[in-house]
Amino acid sequence: MKGEIVVETRGLSMHFGGVVAVDQVDFNLRENELRCLIGPNGAGKSTFFKCLTGQLKPTFGDVVIRDLNVNRAHSHEIAGLGVGIKTQVPNVFEGLSVQENIWLAARRFHPAARARSLVEETLERVRLTDIRRDMVNELSHGQRQWVELGMVISAEPWLVLLDEPAAGMTHDEVLLTAELIREINKTASLIVVEHDMQFIRMIADKVTVFHRGAILIEDTMDVVAADPTVREVYLGHRKK
Amino acid sequence: MNRARENSWLILIGIVGVIFLIGAPQVLELFTIINLTTAIAMALLALSLGLVWGFGGILCFGQSTFFGIGAYAYVVAAINFGGTSWAVVVAIVVAAAFAALLGYFMFYGRVSDVYLGVITLTVSLIFYNLMRRTSGPEYKIGDALLGGFNGINAPPLNVPGDASWFLFPEDVFYVAMAALIIGYFGCVWLVRSHFGRVAVAIRENELRAELIGYDVRLQKLLLFAVGGGIAGAAGVLFANGVGRVTPDVFNLYNAALIIIWVIVGGRGTLIGPVLGAFGLFYLIGSLGQQTSINNNLVLGVILVVFVLLVPKGIVPTVIDLWDRKRGHRGQFRRHGRRQRRRGSRTAETSHEG
Repeated sequence: MKGEIVVETRGLSMHFGGVVAVDQVDFNLRENELRCLIGPNGAGKSTFFKCLTGQLKPTFGDVVIRDLNVNRAHSHEIAGLGVGIKTQVPNVFEGLSVQENIWLAARRFHPAARARSLVEETLERVRLTDIRRDMVNELSHGQRQWVELGMVISAEPWLVLLDEPAAGMTHDEVLLTAELIREINKTASLIVVEHDMQFIRMIADKVTVFHRGAILIEDTMDVVAADPTVREVYLGHRKK
Repeated sequence: MNRARENSWLILIGIVGVIFLIGAPQVLELFTIINLTTAIAMALLALSLGLVWGFGGILCFGQSTFFGIGAYAYVVAAINFGGTSWAVVVAIVVAAAFAALLGYFMFYGRVSDVYLGVITLTVSLIFYNLMRRTSGPEYKIGDALLGGFNGINAPPLNVPGDASWFLFPEDVFYVAMAALIIGYFGCVWLVRSHFGRVAVAIRENELRAELIGYDVRLQKLLLFAVGGGIAGAAGVLFANGVGRVTPDVFNLYNAALIIIWVIVGGRGTLIGPVLGAFGLFYLIGSLGQQTSINNNLVLGVILVVFVLLVPKGIVPTVIDLWDRKRGHRGQFRRHGRRQRRRGSRTAETSHEG
């Protein structure tokens, strides 16, 4: 087994009025692990993700990051612990340049000189050096996703939470993103919420399947893919 | 606009400012100079909103509140202290502190943009009605009678350390113009600093700023307080230019006027609001000398024309036209695409989950 537990949820539940989006989820992530969360639409993955990142406050249960209960913490406080967060819809600073976007993230936790060198380093890593002065709102969807990934890694987080990092990307872009994520995993633990099964095969180590707000199964990709219940959930209920 | 060209413009602005500071009293009549002091106060006020709205994205409809508080605090403190040096400090600090207090409830209460506008305007109108009702000997702060509808006479600035050495109106002009230049370059420095760049980032995307670890509420609060302090300083200059502070500083007309200055001059620039304030101040002044057209009508038409035809304001539009003429087409295209992208982004947000 790998290192100590860095993210833990205990009986985590999120209710919206009468709707139970996440139902009593117990979840563990260990140091340097790369975990994928999958599940059909409405399975509660994104809600679970938002509870982890402080965008939603759980109705019941606890979220613990490195022995710190972050139930009531704001997103900026969670980010302040050294957690890098990428949301589902690319959230970038539209009217600012690529390098300004990344600088803002790097400068938050590093002094000016270090931030500058981190920007150079990050631009290389996400392959955006050539268009560093372009406004983000001029870029393609895939490039905007990379700008956001760049913002995440330039802060040098030890824990990275990514919500659908490969959504809307071309095949080549997906390959590069997968490579990038494996590289991030060398220095950080990761939770990746994803729809795209092919992409998950490229990166997955261990997979957690969500269904109706609860964890259905948690195992390696091969076991999960072979599981009849998972197939049923993904392909719809067949009459027997 | 790239940094090198921006710097050369700043140098030009600085030179023009200093020439104006030194030259104006030599060539202009005293009456014009006194009038100019008031115009400068307005320009500084416009600058404060240009900073808060144009860079921080906070649409404060009641910037006049801090302006008026600064003016009143200056006068009350000057009468009580028997000198004006500390009164200036008190005015700026009180205005900034009130902005911080109001900002605390708005930003930490997560009040949305529209309501923020409504709240700030309402606060200004509350002060207007409150100060109008302060006539009578029982309404006083220390030795200063608040004077209700008629307001209070403002003691002129004195040389620091010598309360009996009053400044002449010409000297007050020097002080005002110097304050505007310092205020302007202070704001330029601020928007280029880490703090200012974060303010712009928050304007662009609040959630992202939060997710990379910035406390959006605190950042907005600080910017709002700085804006309040600058507006307070403008209030001090206004009290000196006019020689009197009345509840009218808080009225609806003034509150709206500041917004119009910034819209006309251009958001997202600092020189725009300053020029907008000067331009409209003199336009209204010259219209005031004739009676065939109503002032407010002209102001209304200007606002409508700008919102419909020059929505970005004079300065950004001139920069765009300049770029187009010079063949820097990139900059112009950029703005067109940006709006389209904005639209599609809101559409994306709706099917999230």
